[in-house]
Amino acid sequence: MAVYPTVTHRVARLMRFDRVQRSAHWANAMLFGALMFTAIPLYFGSFFGVVLPRHVMEQIHLWSGLALPLPIIISLLGPWGRQMRRDVRRVNAWTREEIRWLQTLGRSPLEADKFNPGQKLNAIFIGAAIVVMLVTGAMLQWFRFFSVSLRQGATFVHDAFAFAIFAAVLGHIIVAITHRDSLRSIFKGWVNEQWAATHATRWLEEPRAVADSPDSL
Amino acid sequence: MFHLNRIGRALPSSRSVPLVTPPEPTKHVAVGRRVFLGVTGLAALGVAFGASVQNFLGNALGSGLGGLLPGGDRFRIYSITGTYPKIKDADYRLRVSGLVHHPKTFTLDDLRAMPVTSFTKTFQCVTGWKVPDVQWEGVLLSDIMDAVGVRPGAVALTFESYDRNDTESLTIDQARLPDVIVAYRMLGAPVTTEHGGPVRLYVAPMFGYKSLKWLSAIRVVDQVQPGFWEQNGYPVNGWLDGTTGPTNPDPNLT
Repeated sequence: MAVYPTVTHRVARLMRFDRVQRSAHWANAMLFGALMFTAIPLYFGSFFGVVLPRHVMEQIHLWSGLALPLPIIISLLGPWGRQMRRDVRRVNAWTREEIRWLQTLGRSPLEADKFNPGQKLNAIFIGAAIVVMLVTGAMLQWFRFFSVSLRQGATFVHDAFAFAIFAAVLGHIIVAITHRDSLRSIFKGWVNEQWAATHATRWLEEPRAVADSPDSL
Repeated sequence: MFHLNRIGRALPSSRSVPLVTPPEPTKHVAVGRRVFLGVTGLAALGVAFGASVQNFLGNALGSGLGGLLPGGDRFRIYSITGTYPKIKDADYRLRVSGLVHHPKTFTLDDLRAMPVTSFTKTFQCVTGWKVPDVQWEGVLLSDIMDAVGVRPGAVALTFESYDRNDTESLTIDQARLPDVIVAYRMLGAPVTTEHGGPVRLYVAPMFGYKSLKWLSAIRVVDQVQPGFWEQNGYPVNGWLDGTTGPTNPDPNLT
């Protein structure tokens, strides 16, 4: 009896995050970590001096803050940023179905894209928060150019967004460590096909270029 | 199969393509851009109107536990050295020297024995935060100057902190204002270490950086010597917005 090789048109492993995206994610995560770690004693004065002197904390906070946009900008620009740019467009463009899914808090049917609406919202919020924190942080650092009223406004917004960022990052980490298959993809880049069939149906059905195969990971 | 969506970008169709009829386009909405602009727009409004929101919230949240939330009025503790000098009340000394008739070193008890001045005023930081209705109690700086006797030719005072790192300056006329005190009580209690205790300066009409903490020495000098923050770019006359008073004789030091 002749044995015919099984022909599959899809690979068993799908690249979710390429090397550029993974590097950008972890560089961004390290900067956020440094900013949040130093933010606590800078905000709650009573913690100060426990780990590092205050002026060291301030310098770490300042320079991490100034570096914050770099991972995203560098990963988007240049020929290496093709997939990054494509995913930014994905995060921007929502179907009616996705909007409804978010409005019903996940109770309406969804043929999921590469990222579900919650993940998209997280990415948008973090992107906006980076801009807001950078601008208000710069206003607090170079405050001489602004009136006291604007400095007060910048302090207020910087503080309020810091609370929101702590909540978002905490939520992001909790969801990540409870979803092992997605978590692996931010370390190794790939997800398997079964995962995609359940969590990213629409993405799975997209035509794939050879460059997207795991060999290029 | 690709098509252009509403926002003009090629996106993969989610549907399988029938052979005859063209694919029904999937409608996309630029939610990302809208949320991004919404969040940053909200933040811009917050910067523009945050001061009034903060005044409202500050009253609502108070300076207790609510003061830990954004918008609450609370002190943010700054120290240029990263440590607090810890000084026991019994060991505290304030040296007053320079162009004076009787150089003197005050103990905490000496200061407490002098006429008491107390008032309730806002502490306003140059970076934007403030704490309203802070009770202050101490000795008028002008009383201390009178106790040592300022000699002719004196122009300014130089203040030094216990750790010797922070310095400040006031002209004689500024130092004689009726709301400039050497404070040993604040917020209804002895000045705590983190607020610059046991004794600090409080210059009510100027931004907080003029109110030097952990005050250890005052020198009466013949010219204004810019302090630590002034050397780092803050105005030597640190008047609160809308406040003016006696300025430095040197037009270069404003």
